[in-house]
Amino acid sequence: MSHDTIARWQFAITTVYHFLFVPLTIGLSLLVAGMQTAWNRTGSVEWLRLTRFWGKLMLINFAMGVVTGIVQEFQFGMNWSDYSRFVGDVFGAPLAMEALIAFFLESTFLGLWIFGWDRLPKRVHLATIWLASLGTVISAYFILAANSWMQHPVGYRINPRTGHAQLTSIWKVLTNPTQMVTFPHVLMASLLTGGAVVVGLSCWHLRRGHQVELHRRAVHLGLVVCAVASVGVMLSGHFQGQVMTRQQPMKMASAEALWDTEDGAGLSLFAYGDVSHGDNKIDIKIPHLMAFMATNSFSGKVQGVNDLQAAEVARYGPGDYTPVMGVTFWNFRIMMGLGAVYFGLSLLGLARMRGGHLPGGRFLLLAFMWAAALPYAANTAGWIFTEMGRQPWVVFGLLRTSSAVSPGVSTAAVIATLAGFTVIYGALATVALRLFLRHGRHEIPALSPNVTISGEPRVGVALPSLAY
Amino acid sequence: MLEEFWFALVGVLWVGFFVLEGFDFGVAALLPVVGRNDETDRRAVLGTIGPVWDANEVWLLTAGGAMFAAFPEWYASLFSGMYLALFLVLFSLIIRGVSLEYRGKATTAAGRAWCDRGIVIGGALPALLFGVAFANMVRGLKMTPDHTVTTGFLGLLNPFGLLGGVTTLLLCTLHGAVFLTLKTSGEVRDRARRVTRSLAPPTVAAFAVLAIWTVVLRGGIAVAAVSAVGLVALVFAVLSWFAERDGWAFTGTAGAIALLVTSWFVALYPYVLPALGTPENSLTVSDAASGHYTLTVMTCVAVLFTPVVLGYQAWSYWVFRRRLVGSDEAG
Repeated sequence: MSHDTIARWQFAITTVYHFLFVPLTIGLSLLVAGMQTAWNRTGSVEWLRLTRFWGKLMLINFAMGVVTGIVQEFQFGMNWSDYSRFVGDVFGAPLAMEALIAFFLESTFLGLWIFGWDRLPKRVHLATIWLASLGTVISAYFILAANSWMQHPVGYRINPRTGHAQLTSIWKVLTNPTQMVTFPHVLMASLLTGGAVVVGLSCWHLRRGHQVELHRRAVHLGLVVCAVASVGVMLSGHFQGQVMTRQQPMKMASAEALWDTEDGAGLSLFAYGDVSHGDNKIDIKIPHLMAFMATNSFSGKVQGVNDLQAAEVARYGPGDYTPVMGVTFWNFRIMMGLGAVYFGLSLLGLARMRGGHLPGGRFLLLAFMWAAALPYAANTAGWIFTEMGRQPWVVFGLLRTSSAVSPGVSTAAVIATLAGFTVIYGALATVALRLFLRHGRHEIPALSPNVTISGEPRVGVALPSLAY
Repeated sequence: MLEEFWFALVGVLWVGFFVLEGFDFGVAALLPVVGRNDETDRRAVLGTIGPVWDANEVWLLTAGGAMFAAFPEWYASLFSGMYLALFLVLFSLIIRGVSLEYRGKATTAAGRAWCDRGIVIGGALPALLFGVAFANMVRGLKMTPDHTVTTGFLGLLNPFGLLGGVTTLLLCTLHGAVFLTLKTSGEVRDRARRVTRSLAPPTVAAFAVLAIWTVVLRGGIAVAAVSAVGLVALVFAVLSWFAERDGWAFTGTAGAIALLVTSWFVALYPYVLPALGTPENSLTVSDAASGHYTLTVMTCVAVLFTPVVLGYQAWSYWVFRRRLVGSDEAG
């Protein structure tokens, strides 16, 4: 494997791994904030018990998001120094803003939330979890603005002296049309992930008949969030597809294995073909649907891979501008398919819950348990699709991935750190998952009498109850 | 002008990182010493940094982000140039973060013991490595004309780099001991005071030797002046220890760390990365800087948000201002 292939594997592993934790951090922190608000509003102590139970699980996940996030910020400079030189003037700004505006907010207020139960007035304490959640959402905004610039560079010029990209409008970067559809998509996917995890674990308890009233309440909240979020994911995804068709037609064509330009193209359900010849041997399609998805018209024209390849050669010079078709085609389907499945499941569950019932019988509860994995698979597939679909570019139309790696770093060093990150990430995944499940299987405790949550600070108590 | 302002601001962010994470690193490294083998004592020790360590670590992310945005060439050359050292830093910070957060949630004594090991390593190793990295940045790295660093990992382990590492390790540990003295009472505090006493002489010595060596290496009256004030702050911290003025002692160690980091940035200027052996390849502040527009935008953001951040971070320290107690008083 070449140097840049290994560096790409490293980026893929560290980033996909980081993004296993991020959506749950965003989604669950908002859900926990919602639960605590419900307790504040209704005074129902069940909401408080749920807040503390899910708050602890949220923190187990949060820690992993934080520690894997540090790697994200530094690996651009470590493995991709020529990329950093080329984009730093533009790309660095949202990253620095993310740290200053979002990271400080989430970390400071999360610390206040964890340790502030008995030290802050009730409403101030509620505000801390909302501010921490807001921090995670703002963080997503800035990093997605940076990523959107890689998909569709705007608000820049190429400095004639250095040959590097230079920022000319921060406003254009922060309101990039790509960003305007990507941010809602990721935010909704995060809520879906948070909701699905709440539903999954609570259904595990319901199947065993544990604390039925309490867990049913959590399932209901989770399913409502999932139903709304999956509609949001599908809508934002639809607009994302249209933006992508305009901005990165090759990515759209490769998502559909559409080799030749077609009017009224159909949506492929299954295709198998020969990449070297540029055609499909088998292709099962829903007629006209892709044309509608991409252009809002059933007879709209969608460009094919072969034509786009020729057009890009004419524009950028000789080279292969086609992404790895099997990767883009199947990841696109996994992402959309699983999102749709969860939408159906959440509606089914909500319908079954009407009139005070459980979301399902033994089989359906089992299905909800395992369905918690679906958003994870969809999130991962979505990122692999959007990043692999941009190849061979790292910044679309401006910089190729092969020209972005660090020239001074040896291949051996990249292999060593790839191995190091993989080993520690693997070990930590086991630890985090075991801890999550161990605490997740616990009974939700009644409020212990020595925990006062009155807003009156207790004197002489060494330690708060939620941590350490 | 804007470039110099951002160079100074990056310096300030690193100062904030070393002062705040400095005591986090020190407290973590001292866990088995000050916390002994007693669970209540250990909880008291970790409770001093529990609510704040994560936000303190954000100073590192902000410093890195600011370098990326304001000096891409510096960020790119330095981070790829110190590749393996930085990997070890990231590795130990990952271990530290997970250990700190999971210790209280571990359900077995063995799980807690693993977390304790992770906390000690994750506190001591970065405190050492950051010193090695910064001393080498000040000393200079071998570079090509296009600023690709050719000094390898073993090249960082030169006497000056190692002295830098030992100094920051000692200084952070001392800072942590003083912080524990300030934030605890009873037997835990007594132990922290004893640790402070034994750490103070070697720290003062290492600080002084590093300061003189830096002046010899990079020269300049300004570096000498800043280092001298730093040494005074350190001695002031020691004197405050004798007087049992915990707050003043902490101010002293914080000042010493701040001035050490400041002296590095003063020594660097007008360079951000001097080239060892080939001065003409050195990377200057203006070579590395982003364009005027980016720096202006970033200045607006910094001016608008920094006071807010400092405000709520200070408030969080105020909320958790009470001293914590160990087994002898908690009962």
